[in-house]
Amino acid sequence: MDDLIIAGRRFTSRLLVGTGKFASNAVMAEAIAATGCEIVTVALRRVDIDNPGDDMLAHIDRDKYLLLPNTSGARDAEEAVRLARLARAAGCEPWVKLEVTPDPYYLLPDPIETLKAAEILVKEGFIVLPYINADPVLAKRLQEVGTATVMPLGAPIGTNRGLRTREQVAIIIEQAIVPVVVDAGLGAPSHAAEAMELGADAVLVNTALAVAAHPARMAAAFKKGVEAGREGYLAGLGEERRQAEASSPLTGFLRN
Amino acid sequence: MTFLEELEKYNYDDVLARIEAKTPQEVERALAAERLHPEELMALLSPAAAAYLEPMAQRAHRTTVQRFGRTILLYAPLYLSNECSNGCLYCGFNAHNKVPRRTLTLDEVEAEARVLHEQGFRHLLLVTGEHARAIDNDALAAAVRRIRPLFSSVSIEVYPMEEAGYRQMVEAGVDGLTVYQETYDRRLYAEMHPFGRKRDFDWRLLTPERGGAAGLRRIGIGALLGLGQFRAEAFFIGLHALHLSKHFWRSLVSISFPRIRPADGGFAPLHPIADPDFVQLICALRLLLPDAGLVLSTRESARLRDHLMLLGVTQMSAGSCTAPGGYAGEEQSTRQFAIDDDRTPAEVGRMIRSQGYEAVWKDWDGAFLDKAAS
Repeated sequence: MDDLIIAGRRFTSRLLVGTGKFASNAVMAEAIAATGCEIVTVALRRVDIDNPGDDMLAHIDRDKYLLLPNTSGARDAEEAVRLARLARAAGCEPWVKLEVTPDPYYLLPDPIETLKAAEILVKEGFIVLPYINADPVLAKRLQEVGTATVMPLGAPIGTNRGLRTREQVAIIIEQAIVPVVVDAGLGAPSHAAEAMELGADAVLVNTALAVAAHPARMAAAFKKGVEAGREGYLAGLGEERRQAEASSPLTGFLRN
Repeated sequence: MTFLEELEKYNYDDVLARIEAKTPQEVERALAAERLHPEELMALLSPAAAAYLEPMAQRAHRTTVQRFGRTILLYAPLYLSNECSNGCLYCGFNAHNKVPRRTLTLDEVEAEARVLHEQGFRHLLLVTGEHARAIDNDALAAAVRRIRPLFSSVSIEVYPMEEAGYRQMVEAGVDGLTVYQETYDRRLYAEMHPFGRKRDFDWRLLTPERGGAAGLRRIGIGALLGLGQFRAEAFFIGLHALHLSKHFWRSLVSISFPRIRPADGGFAPLHPIADPDFVQLICALRLLLPDAGLVLSTRESARLRDHLMLLGVTQMSAGSCTAPGGYAGEEQSTRQFAIDDDRTPAEVGRMIRSQGYEAVWKDWDGAFLDKAAS
């Protein structure tokens, strides 16, 4: 079985889904179902995590999906850690998508505060999935402190611009010893396929579904994109050929 | 996860069979791949890849020039002692060999070091056998302290230590560790190492990881080529290097390619490696590891070294003597193995320049690790 394994837990789907920006919670629930995903991330600042009657939470079947609380909106490590603890205290599993985004415009993650928060949360027993810029050294520093994945962005969040960080993400994938989940910026099923073909373990999408004319149809399309990309990766892509380069033979001496 | 756990996932004979079954199509795909995975490494090590040696060499050359430029780093080995309590069947220092034994005094070490310094070397590799009474960690650290003002980089190729031992070495001024597994085939390993501490396969296998954990900046690995089946050995070397570079990502991994040479004791290679196979192995590992240092010693002939320089090799020794005291003194009788390329360091330097490459004598500085200096 080609399962995705994060912190020892198996998932058959390699698509993770965010819950922001949907026209309604009903539309969101329909889109989530169409992705076939098993991990759904929810911004702690958007829900009343203590309240079982919270309308967004009520639309997410906790038996079917792993609810992955995220710390979106946290400006520094301290805020992120506080939010994560609140979620756990409210009965969530100790999983957290760590987002520390002091810049309110592009919502780019703060590498220093993210590393600090990750270290604290890992020590407290959280399974930490950090959202990061596509920085291979940061990815290594995070896996060293014990994060369960790294989640490099493909492009600034919400931009739908695709895998603009391809070169850096490729290095992260090459060197990582934890699953690599490409998060943010993927705007089309082909973008998801590209990330998976490159060898990403999974992708996370949100805006692309939420702003589509038909979110559930787009969700189904992403599901196929992820599966196609993964299949292509496993099947061993035939790479583009470089022009054969004529030059003086380097192995001629073996025949003399 | 340690490399031991990773190695356990493979069966040696099975790996060899898979490599031998690779097809030309698989070789072509591996040659075109931007990044190589273990399956593709198998393809490039296969008999089918022999027909693709020239394109492999061209790509290895391009990759190496792109990552390293046209440079060859020169280093010299300094043998501190040939006393050894191990019984490695292939080694001239084997405890059973009736050869004169010698352990240099600190003054003798310094005399050797001065000769090498005078020749221009700034990268030094200290070598010993494994014999607790001849040389222990404290003695080695003392030797390092004595000679380190003369060199910018000091590496060790000695008996495996605990992590604490490597920390002590780092403090004394060592920045690199070289340790060969000799063979990744457990059965053969047991046969080749009938007694002594070295008999413990797992202890040796995890040595580079202990060195990496202690903060050594360069980690050199390799297999003694001619012992096991070279295709499988090269595959495991590649896996080992990948593992080390992922888990000890602050350290630069290098690979050496020691081919068995005649040694005192008269051991003949079990699986001799012909030159074309040797070239294929080097090119395949270069394609797997674009940034790894690839090291070639004076065991190889001058002619082969001159050509291999262009195919991925980035470091060479020159003018080496494999007997303790052999640089400053006359004694040559207790060498570990015979060398082939007997040109002087200056001659090797000239050869490198004549091929349009730069001979690099210094590519490190002791100040990086010298906490006392700041």
